[in-house]
Amino acid sequence: MPIIEIHNLSFAYESQVVLENINLQVEEKDFLAIIGPNGGGKSTLLKLMLGINEYQEGTIKVLGNAPKKSLSHIGYVPQNTNVNTDFPIKVIEVVMMGHVDGKRPLFGYGKDEMLCASGALAQVGMADFAQTKIGSLSGGQRQRVMIARALCAHPRILILDEPTSSIDITGQREIYELLRELNKHITIIVVSHDISVILEYANKAAHVNKTLSYHDISDKKSTFHQHGNNEHFCEIELLQMLGSDNCDTCEDTNPKWSLKP
Amino acid sequence: MIEPLLEALQFEFMQHALLAGILVSFAAGIIGSLIVVNRMVFLAGGIAHTSYGGIGLAVYFGLPIFLGASIFAVGAALLIAALTLKKRHRMDTFIGLIWAVGMAIGVIFVDLTPGYNVDLMSYLFGSILAVSTQDLYFMAGLLVLILIVVTLRYRDILAVSYDSEYASLRGVNVRFFYTLILILSALTVVIAIKVVGLILVIAMLTIPVYIAEKLSSSLFSMMFLSGAIATLFTLVGLWLSYTYDLTSGASIIMVSAVSLGLFLLFTHKKI
Repeated sequence: MPIIEIHNLSFAYESQVVLENINLQVEEKDFLAIIGPNGGGKSTLLKLMLGINEYQEGTIKVLGNAPKKSLSHIGYVPQNTNVNTDFPIKVIEVVMMGHVDGKRPLFGYGKDEMLCASGALAQVGMADFAQTKIGSLSGGQRQRVMIARALCAHPRILILDEPTSSIDITGQREIYELLRELNKHITIIVVSHDISVILEYANKAAHVNKTLSYHDISDKKSTFHQHGNNEHFCEIELLQMLGSDNCDTCEDTNPKWSLKP
Repeated sequence: MIEPLLEALQFEFMQHALLAGILVSFAAGIIGSLIVVNRMVFLAGGIAHTSYGGIGLAVYFGLPIFLGASIFAVGAALLIAALTLKKRHRMDTFIGLIWAVGMAIGVIFVDLTPGYNVDLMSYLFGSILAVSTQDLYFMAGLLVLILIVVTLRYRDILAVSYDSEYASLRGVNVRFFYTLILILSALTVVIAIKVVGLILVIAMLTIPVYIAEKLSSSLFSMMFLSGAIATLFTLVGLWLSYTYDLTSGASIIMVSAVSLGLFLLFTHKKI
């Protein structure tokens, strides 16, 4: 059974159509990259999966239920984690926000919650920073903390919106290596601009620009290695490869990843 | 310098002033922290000025001033909460509107009150030397309520203040806590009117908080540090006001402002 199922989904802000007739299936332990131009509806699609926005047509099922009912199984890492850096809050407190409302002590945090949060911090390699003020971390470190917060609820799906947009290249690679590690147990969905990095780690790609075209790219890994390690692809090549609009080297459902040097 | 102050403390009105200063400063420190981290400073200013409408109504209908101002300020807070939760991008327009209309209502009702020449200045700039026992009960009651709310619901308030979108995804009722913070702000503004007046209250809600923010690593410590700093400023301001015969509210605010300047100068903190 697919972990997320989207059928004939359409969404509009007032009269402006943002997403049209979207169909998507995400399988357990997929690493799905959602790419596409700015304003193409990528973040909107994420917010629909999270139940933040209400859609007008079609259906979304997350683990067989409406998105809002499955929230406790979804970990979410929002865009722009650089806002509010003046806020006086320690790393561990941020992570503990990830706990879902449930049984809890009258005041403060439960021991199990503390343990779970420090476990999540260790998982992302930030255990030493538990008592640090969030504002004094670097962008990459802060992003790790946000991932730890999402992991706190033991999600089956981890959804990240532009997780590396404000991080330097080394930091980006570290984040993606971390995601690859987490992907062994968790389904991962990432929205990103950075196509070349994403394609190195993802096994599925969805190009969203009002409509969605979907590609299984798990067989492209060999092609990538021929291209050399750590080397970025030419973005135009990749866009041609993935954009169904002007893609003549591949069919929609079963693309052949032929790349001209 | 100290002796005349000790002498003064034998008067009941001075004891009341001191007690009111401490109670209000603590409430302002805690609620001011929430206002600052939630970026509601302008909003709190709007509620403060609107509450003058309640003062006018209370004068006209012969109600206790605190009661009238509280009802009006809480009403304004609820209205602002309802409007801004729906249309966040129009927030500044709504606040500006409520700000002025509330004051206008107050002025008109004071005009309409026959034979009553209310001292407008005492509400605008405070009248800490005229605190009644009843006022003190009201202030203490509110401080206790604030302490109960922020200790028992600290996690939710923290989550909503830090990242409201994420909080709502984790099942926290963001609307409820946003409205709650606004209502507590409205009530704090009302008790602070006695001490610094409704025009100067905004400085009391922000200056100590600003200093505390730089020194705190958690919202909880920031709230209580702000309370302590605000109390210190109020006491020093009161002493200056008594010694040099200055308006108390303005003295408290000037002590706060000068201290903030010195703090920034000596700690080299970035603004």
